[in-house]
Amino acid sequence: MLKLSLRNVVVGALLVSLVLLPIYAQLAHDRFMLTLFTRILILGMAAVSLNLILGFGGMMSFGHAAYLGIGGYAVGMLAHEHIYSGFIQWPVAILASALFALVIGALSLRTRGVYFIMITLAFAQMAYYIVSGISRYGGDDGLTIYKRSEFIAPLNLSDKTQFYYVCLALLYGSIYLTWRLINSRFGMAIQGARSNALRMRAIGFPTYRYRLVAFVISGTLCGLAGALLANHTDFVSPAMMYWTRSGDLIIMVVLGGMGSAAGPLVGAVALLLLEETLSGITEYWQIILGPLLLLVVLFARGGIDGMLNTLGAKLRTKVRA
Amino acid sequence: MSEPFSDKAMLQVDNLAKRFGGIVATDDLSLTVAPGELHAIIGPNGAGKTTLIAQLSGQLKPDSGRIHFGGADITALSMHKRSALGLARSFQITSLFLDLSALDNAALAVQAHAGHSFHFWRDARGEAELRDPARAAITRVGLANRADEPASSLSHGEHRLLELAMALSGKPRMLLLDEPMAGLGPDESARMVEMLRALKQEYTILLVEHDMEAVFALADRITVLVYGRVIASGRPDEIRANEQVREAYLGEAEVEGGPHV
Repeated sequence: MLKLSLRNVVVGALLVSLVLLPIYAQLAHDRFMLTLFTRILILGMAAVSLNLILGFGGMMSFGHAAYLGIGGYAVGMLAHEHIYSGFIQWPVAILASALFALVIGALSLRTRGVYFIMITLAFAQMAYYIVSGISRYGGDDGLTIYKRSEFIAPLNLSDKTQFYYVCLALLYGSIYLTWRLINSRFGMAIQGARSNALRMRAIGFPTYRYRLVAFVISGTLCGLAGALLANHTDFVSPAMMYWTRSGDLIIMVVLGGMGSAAGPLVGAVALLLLEETLSGITEYWQIILGPLLLLVVLFARGGIDGMLNTLGAKLRTKVRA
Repeated sequence: MSEPFSDKAMLQVDNLAKRFGGIVATDDLSLTVAPGELHAIIGPNGAGKTTLIAQLSGQLKPDSGRIHFGGADITALSMHKRSALGLARSFQITSLFLDLSALDNAALAVQAHAGHSFHFWRDARGEAELRDPARAAITRVGLANRADEPASSLSHGEHRLLELAMALSGKPRMLLLDEPMAGLGPDESARMVEMLRALKQEYTILLVEHDMEAVFALADRITVLVYGRVIASGRPDEIRANEQVREAYLGEAEVEGGPHV
């Protein structure tokens, strides 16, 4: 099924490198690297979840960070009430974000284009202000989590390497899930609705329900990423769901490439590493990042993923010639 | 008001009306299409032909009147439900899934009628249940060698054929074809006429078409619309001989140097 192409080789190499990374970090005594990459994995998972609706479903959700926040706060609030079991925290995070996605999706999917973008943004900002206002859980200042989610021994999320691998497994699971979904009948239906919604209805598809289910799956996965993020930072705050965070997720998807299940992970790695290196060079790193993103959008329509595809095709014709 | 439903009709339209502001697009329109018949709708530009197709397919809701299909009142049904009953529509302006392959386009049309699409795991492109009928439809219209190309890379003529393949993929009982010949060259047109002649043996067809030569060659019955109103309906020879039609439509066409009879 999978072809040997430049793109697949690069993505494959990335996936393998991420598995080996903790070993390297251990050998190089680079603890920071593990922390940085755990963050990349978690936000990568959020971007992968966004791509299911943005890239494949054509639904430009500008409020995806809300699910990060909801998943994160589910963990934070329960921990604050001394409920530490991950078997309670994580299902609550998943259910809460699924429910939120169902309500938001049911309302916003009746609109299209700019209206859809604005409605998803508005709901996310609403969630942001609601959380900012709950003083019991820290309000604006956020909430420190003193104990990470507890599972059965020997699984211990406070162990950085173990936590890294939990994040990695869930990320790869999300990519695999997305890949299965987009190639299934369900995936064909949502891609058809992206491509030509009128025609979909004319040939007999009730598109709304498929788009809604995709929206809920996407929000739920992102909520799970939120639960991971809360455990990673040992802290939740309204900033987790601020609209600029939603923007970051969109950038990861566009930068990495919307055309493949793993593209957003490539985007997350590229964006966060760029951010990390550039901010080490200058305080005004965004002045460099901005034009770089512009170049990608202008000259590489399919993001890094698309760039690799074009490059691979060129190499192939050269080899043949 | 409306006439009793005739059980001989595949499609029966009674007193259909549709206005857009002050413009009357469909004016007390009634028409009957018998099973197995190829019924052509002709009329000058702005006669309301596409508006009629849109109301029959469910894209537009009529202001009043009733539509029966295969004995059932479908006036209030949504587009996808009408399609599920076997009423397939092709579009005047090509409306495809351009970023999917030609075969994927047809396979989606098959999938639309293969139960619900809440199948999340199995590879849809590997399902014979979807691919085989899609491939048959693609082959039927002569696009077999282009099946795996993205629809965006097909020519205009091939797009028209793919439109037709998609309409066929849903195992329809009746085809609503909105100007399948639009924009085709003479050779492609001839090919399309042959295709429709063959399809006519199997399907009931409502054909909206500007190409008069094709219409008079194919149609069992012709209905002439002017300003949303039926001015004549009958066999091709009757229409050809009809004074009113000559005045209202064919005469005008001759003046424009347009389609000839």
